[in-house]
Amino acid sequence: MAGASSGGLQTKRELGKATRDAFGRALEAIGENHPEIVVVDGDVSNSTRTEWFGKKHPDRFFNVGIAESNLVGVAAGLAASGKTSVIASFAAFITCNAYDQLRMSVAYPGLNVKVVGSHAGISIGEDGASQMGVEDVSLACSLPGFVVMVPADEESTKAATKAMLEHQGPVYLRVGRPDVPKIYTVSSASFQIGKANKLRDGSDLTIVANGIMVSLALDAAEALESQGIKARVLDMHTVKPIDRDALLAAARETGALVVAEEHLAHGGLGSSVAYTVAELHPVPIRYVNLLDQFAESGAPDELLEKFGLTAGKIGEAAKAAVAAKKG
Amino acid sequence: MANNLDALLARAKSIREDIVRMTTEAGSGHPSSSLSATEVVTALYFGGFLRHDSKNPHWPDRDRFILSKGHAAPVLYAALAQSGYFPHDEIMTLRKTGSPVEGHPNMKRLPGVEASTGSLGQGLSIGIGHALAARVDRKDYHTYVMTGDGELDEGQNWEAAAAAAKFGLDNLTLIVDRNHFQQTGPAEEVLNMDPIDGKFTAFGWKTQVINGNDMREVLTALDRANAVKGMPTCIVSLTHKGQGILNLLRKLGDTNFHGKPLPLKYLDEALAEIAAGV
Ligand SMILES: Cc1ncc(C[n+]2csc(CCOP(=O)(O)OP(=O)(O)O)c2C)c(N)n1
Ligand SMILES: [Mg+2]
Repeated sequence: MAGASSGGLQTKRELGKATRDAFGRALEAIGENHPEIVVVDGDVSNSTRTEWFGKKHPDRFFNVGIAESNLVGVAAGLAASGKTSVIASFAAFITCNAYDQLRMSVAYPGLNVKVVGSHAGISIGEDGASQMGVEDVSLACSLPGFVVMVPADEESTKAATKAMLEHQGPVYLRVGRPDVPKIYTVSSASFQIGKANKLRDGSDLTIVANGIMVSLALDAAEALESQGIKARVLDMHTVKPIDRDALLAAARETGALVVAEEHLAHGGLGSSVAYTVAELHPVPIRYVNLLDQFAESGAPDELLEKFGLTAGKIGEAAKAAVAAKKG
Repeated sequence: MANNLDALLARAKSIREDIVRMTTEAGSGHPSSSLSATEVVTALYFGGFLRHDSKNPHWPDRDRFILSKGHAAPVLYAALAQSGYFPHDEIMTLRKTGSPVEGHPNMKRLPGVEASTGSLGQGLSIGIGHALAARVDRKDYHTYVMTGDGELDEGQNWEAAAAAAKFGLDNLTLIVDRNHFQQTGPAEEVLNMDPIDGKFTAFGWKTQVINGNDMREVLTALDRANAVKGMPTCIVSLTHKGQGILNLLRKLGDTNFHGKPLPLKYLDEALAEIAAGV
């Protein structure tokens, strides 16, 4: 983890910082003017980047050791006494290891605890499946009252961190380890909770994506265009609450959807989109995700290829969705 | 014994070489966390303590070793490879795409791995399950679990500590690799768990505190653990993180060296220090 080869995902786009770095920087900056923000760490602050806040504000930073259950309880107590608690650990550990604490101590009383899961997805690479949070979005979505955010790049993660801290109530923010392609600029990075960003318009289908899959969705849309298929691309950065209006418009106006996410098939963005579209305006949907399996160790780009999280797979799914619409 | 001791010391050196080589080749991983545990793992696999058969990894009567501090996988992989569980050169595929020699142990893919670990704090409970199964099945195998010292921050260990004592599991031995560091700093500073032996004693365990980088002391402690009746044993194994390449780590100004491979340019120096046995 701490030492694994860093660096970024392969892309033809300009590479920006990892979303965990963007979160760390935004927290450090916003923390300056917000004395109510406290951070609780579980011995991973140099991985999650909360150490940048911690170094500036040692009096508002608590490392409780490798004890996620206790960590969540401590954060809940701080929030119950009026603090804005920010906690960060690996997505896999903070959701899976402390789930009952998240449920009972945070979600049930609806406390102002911001839960940040870093090292999400398989793009962490070499550390392997035990460290890969691939079910975190599903678990977070199952916590009543939680807002669930999966930003795509550096600037949108900074905007997401700001939105998270301004929001009253529990939030889950998912960030990743490798450097990722830039999609937004400082000025174009709007992050309104529950409102998707339309990055590209098209009439034949809509690709709904979040996290690292957004840049791949854009790559796929470009490739599809050269084959005469016009794809709309939505950055669905908030999984809960999902943008029903954007999905209804996409279903009505384009008639077919592909959902792409770096997550298991169950309970993530795909489930949410399908649930919504089935209710509002049923159209064919195809999915690109990690299916129902654990991944393994390897180089990030090689794993994305091996587990089918590529622009090519999104393109194939797009063609299948368009064909189903005609059939 | 003397000959056996010499052989074990030589074996520990070759395990250390493997640890450093495979992590440097992988370009990531946790060599320092593996090096501190080398004497204990060597004694278990090559000192006659683990009854095991690499040609029959699922042999029901085998003794179990669970590496709860799964990030120290390289020391386990070296011991398993040198025991013949898989071809030795496979350790050099550590962390590479397609390799079962993964970043953290995966029991479904690699023979000899008893538990899939990597989320810290869970191995002792799994070990209790094995020990209870032995009791149910009237088998006499022994279960060894190794945790880190930082890992003891996890509350699940203390739930497990109480349970193991309740069941009087004298077929269970916990070794705490007390290397005084965890990820972000000294274990005493991150979360002080001292006295570790006193805590386990209070929970109803037989405890020993040893120099875990001294092969002789390790052998004696494991012998003693086997003789304990009616209660589980905890060996607090005082070690150095990075044992074997401490001079080099001091030179690099990082005696925790957590989660970092040695850069290739230091590999020869590390191997020389291991060979010299300082
Ligand atoms: C549940 C969980 N939380 C956090 C981590 C990240 N992590 C990996 S190793 C480590 C430090 C472990 O310290 P220690 O148990 O003392 O082992 P050492 O490396 O010193 O041998 C941490 C925090 C993890 N693997 N699992
Ligand atoms: Mg330690």
